[in-house]
Amino acid sequence: MKSSVITFPGSNCDRDMDVALNKFGFKNKMVWHADTELPKSDLVVLPGGFSYGDYLRCGSMASKSKIMKSVINFANSGGMVMGICNGFQILVETGLVPGVLLRNKYLEFICKNVFVKINNKNNTYFKNINNNILELHVAHNEGNYFCTNDQLKEIEDNDQIAINYCNKDGQIEDQFNPNGSIKNIAGIFNKEKNILGMMPHPERMIDKSLSSEDGSIFFKNLINNIK
Amino acid sequence: MKISAIITLKKDVLDPQGKVIHQALDGMGFKDVNEIRQGKYFEIDVKENDPKKAKELVEDMCKKLLANLVIENYKIIGTQ
Repeated sequence: MKSSVITFPGSNCDRDMDVALNKFGFKNKMVWHADTELPKSDLVVLPGGFSYGDYLRCGSMASKSKIMKSVINFANSGGMVMGICNGFQILVETGLVPGVLLRNKYLEFICKNVFVKINNKNNTYFKNINNNILELHVAHNEGNYFCTNDQLKEIEDNDQIAINYCNKDGQIEDQFNPNGSIKNIAGIFNKEKNILGMMPHPERMIDKSLSSEDGSIFFKNLINNIK
Repeated sequence: MKISAIITLKKDVLDPQGKVIHQALDGMGFKDVNEIRQGKYFEIDVKENDPKKAKELVEDMCKKLLANLVIENYKIIGTQ
């Protein structure tokens, strides 16, 4: 299975994602933002970081970079595109997934482990995954998911919510919402579910000696689903 | 020709920075503030000299990059 990770100026989780994808069996290629052609891929990942120094709005400059034309075409033709953290911010700025990510409600940069509950397994990202709850890491300043009421209705009608912030028992309540996101949303799909944007970093949870291994569960399941 | 544009958050979007600035001002003794909303201001020098066309050009920039219309409004506030 082939994957591509796009590196923008200011990306800093691109290498971690490369390590994670290779560890679980992807043949990954790193792609520079100024390239115009995407290598043949089964999965394209927009990694975390601070692309273009978060100038203007997080992800806004990266969403207009050269490689993104190819990424958008790939996504619109059904290709799997996953955006993590800053990658999620880039996805919302392209309009590939609905909504925006505002500054965290309490104006703090949040860097901690959180639990998320998988809301929809009827897609290539979470199909067949045994767990309902994953412990993942978040590190962001702008992860407060927001959308209009009309968009929220559409998102819910199409079952586009991928994961919600919760506690270890899977309760989705305000007190377990780290950043003020509407409905505790931590990740969403596009309507067709081939594009996933999420704030948590599964690539940071792939080594028992460093962290938990819930990221490993995600990646192992993902590659099995793509095969 | 120089065009100025301001980008502001839509009224139903939470503006935590504005709130904190409001609280700081309140602490400094400015007790007569109802609300503060923070925005962005752009001065754009374009090659176009026709005011109508220049304004249209900047409007297009606002729609495509400078503002995110899900949460922000833009307003062209002056040409010179």
